[in-house]
Amino acid sequence: MITISTASNAIGRARVSRLISISGGILVAIAVIAIVVPWLSPNNYLDTDFDNILAAPGLAGVHLFGTDDLGRDLFVRTMMGIQVTLLVALVASFVSLVIGVLYGAIAGYVGGRVDAVMMRIVDTLYALPFIFIVILLMVVFERNFLLIFVAIGAINWLDMARIVRGQTLSLKEKEYVEAARLTGVSTPRIILRHIVPNLIGIVIVYVTLTIPQAILVESFLSFLGLGIQEPQTSLGALVDAGVNQKENAAWMLLIPGGLLALILMCFNFLGDGLRDLFDARQSP
Amino acid sequence: MSLLNIESLSVSYADEKVIDRLSFSVNTGESVGLVGESGSGKTQTALAILGLLPGNAKTAGSISFDGKELLGAPEQELNRIRARRISIVFQDPMLALNPYLRIGEQIGRILIAHGLSGGAEAKERVIEMLNAVGLPDPERQSRAYPHQLSGGMRQRAMIASALITKPDLLIADEPTTALDVTVQAQILELLNAIRKDTALLLITHDLGVVAGHCERMLVLKRGRLIESGTTREVFGAPQHAHTKAMLEAAPRIRRGDIPSPVDGEVLLKADGVSVSYREAGHGQLHAVRDVDLTLKRGETLAIVGESGSGKSSLVRAILGLIPMRAGTVSFYGETLAKEAGARAAKTRRDLQMVFQDPVGSLNPQMSVVDIVREPLLVHEPLLTNAEGVQRVSEMLQQIGLNDVFLGRYPHELSGGQAQRVAIARALILKPKVLVCDEAVAALDGSVREQILDRLRALQASSGLSILFISHDLGVVRAISHRVLVMYLGRLAELADNESLFTRPQHPYTKALLDAVPVPDPNLPRKEYILSGEVPSILMPPSGCAFHPRCAYAVSRCVRERPAALGTNSSVVACHRADELSL
Repeated sequence: MITISTASNAIGRARVSRLISISGGILVAIAVIAIVVPWLSPNNYLDTDFDNILAAPGLAGVHLFGTDDLGRDLFVRTMMGIQVTLLVALVASFVSLVIGVLYGAIAGYVGGRVDAVMMRIVDTLYALPFIFIVILLMVVFERNFLLIFVAIGAINWLDMARIVRGQTLSLKEKEYVEAARLTGVSTPRIILRHIVPNLIGIVIVYVTLTIPQAILVESFLSFLGLGIQEPQTSLGALVDAGVNQKENAAWMLLIPGGLLALILMCFNFLGDGLRDLFDARQSP
Repeated sequence: MSLLNIESLSVSYADEKVIDRLSFSVNTGESVGLVGESGSGKTQTALAILGLLPGNAKTAGSISFDGKELLGAPEQELNRIRARRISIVFQDPMLALNPYLRIGEQIGRILIAHGLSGGAEAKERVIEMLNAVGLPDPERQSRAYPHQLSGGMRQRAMIASALITKPDLLIADEPTTALDVTVQAQILELLNAIRKDTALLLITHDLGVVAGHCERMLVLKRGRLIESGTTREVFGAPQHAHTKAMLEAAPRIRRGDIPSPVDGEVLLKADGVSVSYREAGHGQLHAVRDVDLTLKRGETLAIVGESGSGKSSLVRAILGLIPMRAGTVSFYGETLAKEAGARAAKTRRDLQMVFQDPVGSLNPQMSVVDIVREPLLVHEPLLTNAEGVQRVSEMLQQIGLNDVFLGRYPHELSGGQAQRVAIARALILKPKVLVCDEAVAALDGSVREQILDRLRALQASSGLSILFISHDLGVVRAISHRVLVMYLGRLAELADNESLFTRPQHPYTKALLDAVPVPDPNLPRKEYILSGEVPSILMPPSGCAFHPRCAYAVSRCVRERPAALGTNSSVVACHRADELSL
């Protein structure tokens, strides 16, 4: 049976790596353009061009993606929106990654009462209606960039902790962990040397799948008018603005909306590709 | 004309050829053994015959069955032949049976799908078949789901489903590898007794199985047929060097050339060890009950028993990896803490272990040098980096691996190499006691021999004591000084190698010995005395736990549990040990 799996893995891997390189490549390209190009553009995300309010997109004029109802250049604003959206996604995922992995690995490895208490805390937090609380926070504390990160990270680490704990429970039964315990390797070292590195596969996959989730939550908040504060913007806020103008300026909805969809799709494919890759590696 | 005729069959994946111009035939009603080590292409051959190869497999040559070409035949045509005329029994019945269907319905569907029967008649035929394969109370069992049956019963159900259509050819792919030896013997007997006119293609790595049950045999090596002939011919005068080596390495219980008892000081002593687990919904599961053992310096003590006998739990409790409910363990006369973490560093480095699964016991994210060096980092933190690597390299040298392996990762190692690395890790601290939990069970014959030789050499040179868990009595015979037999968590018999194998005192020991397939077609098959399977450890039988399967049981065995009696060197737990001559 070994021969079948190696052979089909080789073919599977080629497909997987293509999936990863295409979606990853698109994401990197988008990020680079979003960061570099606004510097080169003659326009600024604040300036209003009173001669060209609601101008249609076109290669001829100065406004590649057209302008919005205040005459602001939509190209620069979209790029800025992408920057903010990606930043929110990465920071939120990083927060959930660090907290979730450590929390889950400790709960799972130590086990017993510690595990029970730690996981009941997670259950309790799960039970809170998070979006509702985030909305309340936004209303109470004014809209705040930092708060969005915290709020989104706080939702995501719960899932991560549960997944990591489950994986740790099966990892700690592995014979190499038993061998380490028998030799007298200390618990923190076992967690850091033997447990966490073997979680990487599932964690990377999960992170790439939580990124789109974080983007969606941010977009959702911005769409409700509770996210990013004007004049700054994110893709979600741009889509919100676009919806209001959808009759007379469809591009204001379609361009940021299309880019948002593209980014989400790339992250999802990237996650799928990585998952397949690690699956292939785990079954020899 | 032969029933199945394979001519110049080749199967390849990408650039890897797994079967290379293989030709053989199977005649109506005969039994043919297809033998080879892992990766030799046995299973690929079976899948090719059934047209079940994965889509990326490239095939060439011809497979004709009853005059019809199967290779490249349309799926519809194959579906008329599969299960109806060619059936297969897989290695693991749990994976081959659909967990969501009751056994009876599952088998009945085959009849219905092939239009052979239906309704009440189908049900009746299924029950008849289940009865024929020896499922007790077939009426009730046909309503059971696969997980409700024991391993042996599942494989019986699988055989029933394969034979219900009275096929012309039955392919059995390692049908007993996942089963205990005593059950294996029953299943093989059954296969041969029940198949009648059905030809049998038995795929196995175990030459003992072939010797007892096949008329002809074929030996595969890396996808090529290297030897074929009647079983007697091949066993009597093997032509190819690889066949000779395989026969040499076949597990068998040899006469002579066994380690003689050693008389050193007692190193490790366990008294009244009991282990229990809390099992959801079942209360306590007593995996080990009140077992004593001693291990002398330079001695190998084998622990033998079928799955569920508690042998792994026993050694893990001794090592402090799992909690002991009762009992004490002493080392050099000093009582040890029950938890490995609470034991002195000195003791911990003296007790090391090698696990069954060579790949699973190595951290896939660490290189060989890091894996083997880890114990040094804990116990000799003052060692410099270079000294540590030097020690690792010397250790690897000793067990037969050169420096090329230092930077490799576990997935780049073969099973035998991985197990050597695991042994190197266990031995780098120069322990006094090494526990091997089925350490060679996952390895092919020739590799197993090499590893055993290394262990013997290490023992001779350093006086290492070994606790050797195994279900393979051939290996136990070859390596151990004394043997402890366990049944359902209790000691059944403890004796030195020679007396245990030549004069077993406990009926269970005798049954285990008889169940080992003998790789010699000329020897008559032994009358098999053991019936049934290992009962659930959650509800052990009353009195002597072995009495429901024991041919010698009397009423006292049902009522009263026999005490483990005897001298220091020989202990047996059987009421009738004195009167029976086994």
